[in-house]
Amino acid sequence: MGGLTVPLEHVLVLAALLFSFGLLGLMLRRNIIFMLMSLEVMLNAAALAFVAAGANWAQPDGQIVFLIILSVAAAEVAVGLGLVLQIQRRFKTLDMDTANRLRG
Amino acid sequence: MNLIPLIPALPLFSAILLIVSAGRLPRNLVAILGAGSVGLSALCVASVAIGFLANEQIIQITLWTWMAVDNFTPGIAFYIDGLTIVMMSVITGVGFLIHLYSLEFMNEDESYSRYFAYMNLFVAAMLILVMADNLLLLYLGWEGVGVCSYLLVGFWYQDSDNGKAARKAFVVTRVGDTAMALGLFLLFTELGTLHIQSMMEAANAQWSVGDTLPLVATALLLGGAVGKSAQLPLHTWLPDAMAGPTPVSALIHAATMVTAGVYLIARTHELFLLAPATLEAVAWVGLFTLLLAAFTALAQNDIKRILAYSTISQIGYMFLALGVGAFSASVFHLMTHAFFKALLFLAAGAVIHCLHHEHNIFRMGGLRTRIPVVFWSFMIGSAALAALPFTSGFYSKDAILLSAWQQPGIGPWLWAGGLLGALLTAIYSFRLVFIVFFGEANTEPDKQPGWKMSIPLVILCAASVVGGWFVLPLSDVFPQADHSGVNHTVEYVSIATPVLGLLLAYLLFLGRQLDITAITESNLGKAVQKFCFNGWQIDGLYHNLLVRPFKGLAHWWRNEPIDYIYNAIIALSQWSHRGLSALQTGELRWYATTMVFGLVLLTVVMLRNAS
Repeated sequence: MGGLTVPLEHVLVLAALLFSFGLLGLMLRRNIIFMLMSLEVMLNAAALAFVAAGANWAQPDGQIVFLIILSVAAAEVAVGLGLVLQIQRRFKTLDMDTANRLRG
Repeated sequence: MNLIPLIPALPLFSAILLIVSAGRLPRNLVAILGAGSVGLSALCVASVAIGFLANEQIIQITLWTWMAVDNFTPGIAFYIDGLTIVMMSVITGVGFLIHLYSLEFMNEDESYSRYFAYMNLFVAAMLILVMADNLLLLYLGWEGVGVCSYLLVGFWYQDSDNGKAARKAFVVTRVGDTAMALGLFLLFTELGTLHIQSMMEAANAQWSVGDTLPLVATALLLGGAVGKSAQLPLHTWLPDAMAGPTPVSALIHAATMVTAGVYLIARTHELFLLAPATLEAVAWVGLFTLLLAAFTALAQNDIKRILAYSTISQIGYMFLALGVGAFSASVFHLMTHAFFKALLFLAAGAVIHCLHHEHNIFRMGGLRTRIPVVFWSFMIGSAALAALPFTSGFYSKDAILLSAWQQPGIGPWLWAGGLLGALLTAIYSFRLVFIVFFGEANTEPDKQPGWKMSIPLVILCAASVVGGWFVLPLSDVFPQADHSGVNHTVEYVSIATPVLGLLLAYLLFLGRQLDITAITESNLGKAVQKFCFNGWQIDGLYHNLLVRPFKGLAHWWRNEPIDYIYNAIIALSQWSHRGLSALQTGELRWYATTMVFGLVLLTVVMLRNAS
């Protein structure tokens, strides 16, 4: 496969940046939908790293793992959105700090 | 028909009936049952006594065998000799008068029926005590009177102080009773029987004078006697026992129960004669007790406590007499004391009854003309107590002092101590009379004693005067004393001492020619007064030495010291659980953050290990 002009390091840095943004978003956003989106960003950052690594060493494993991550992400979104609906019905809000009912 | 079993059975029957009916009987019936049963019992005693005096024949009756274990077969059996006759007459005679008096004294009390139930039960138990032919049955009566004393001291149980006094009386006498029970065990193992007469024979056959075993056995019996008769060192319960109704004090804590110790020693005197050392100890106990109590009585200001200490002091005389072998004189003093001390207590009860429950003698005064019956009763009682010539107390105390003088070796010391006690007795008893009945009136009586109170007073007055001329049928029971060899000077001094005491009391408390305020107001005088007032601090000593450590220990055990270990484990796990549950905040972002940090930490550790 000729035509590959993007070096591996750049892709890995991009993946790391994406992962960090996702992580920051997860930790800082209070809205559950944004938190789920941050989670998706983190998953895709990891998937990107796998794909880049697979391409670099000309192995199919990277793409296989990407497919697994994709299905995991789909499942996660299905369950997560279901929860979001329930939370909205129950608490009339999506702010996770105010929806906290635990008295620790 | 044989009347003897009826004597204890009548009061016992009445007591059971009153207890079972639990206060549902009408008051008149309670009165008839309560006083009537003791009265009938007294009539039975009179008839038995007349029969006994006619032929002086010892009567033994076995009703049934209590229990039979191998060769140990104590019976419910009675043994009636001269000593028993005297004791039964005192118990039922004085007892009946006090019951009669109680009808009026307790008239306004709600627990009328309960009072007479306990009193009847007491009379029954006391009669069993003196009539028993074996020491086990005697012990039954002994504990029975202890229980009744407890119940009656704490009769007005709504006031917790009375309950405390009752507990104190019970626990302190229990110390002596334990010693006595040990004595019984020892006697049974050594002599194989508890039947008093065969025990005495066996003791005389097996032991000789001065052996160790009779010494130990009599010392243990003495422990029981000291507890019951409120002698040193177990006398502290009696003054507090005055928390009970006054007729109870007259019957139980003056006339009968407290003399049970004297009766016990007199009954087993052959055993004590085998142990001269114990007998001498009895004399010293009596002497110290009578002096201590007399000094203490001099400083009291509660009319009943004065009489209580006086009782301790007079029983000290009885012990002194027992100790010098003058058993007849001791029982004689027991009888006269029962008369005049019951009289004094009943008169004091009348004063308290007429003065709205006033106990402090300094808030009385001038009662001579206001309640003359009580005044004359008190005069005669005090004269007999002080042993003024020709009263009953004079004859009995004189006999004791002469016997003490005749004791070889220590005799003059015992005599001198007894004489000092007699002087003090005269001073404190007339101090009481002069302060209460003469001088300015501080409280006006609001009622007069009725006939039910006056008749017992008058009869006891007569008994206190003529009691000294009674001839007791004791010559077959005890070795006889012979006072013929006594120097007449000794007799004259013994007679003059109480008169001197009366004179001193007059000069100090009525005429006030002798002014001792300078002495009593000085610091030393005040300290001595306080020391005497508190009964030579013996109560305080026991409190600090025994009661407080015991309470501390009980308090400590009440909190289950072993539990401290388990409680520590519980506290530790509770504390750590609280720490862990504090982490469960429900903050989703906080969870995520901590997970990230944990992940970073793990990665760092793994990378370090790998490199």
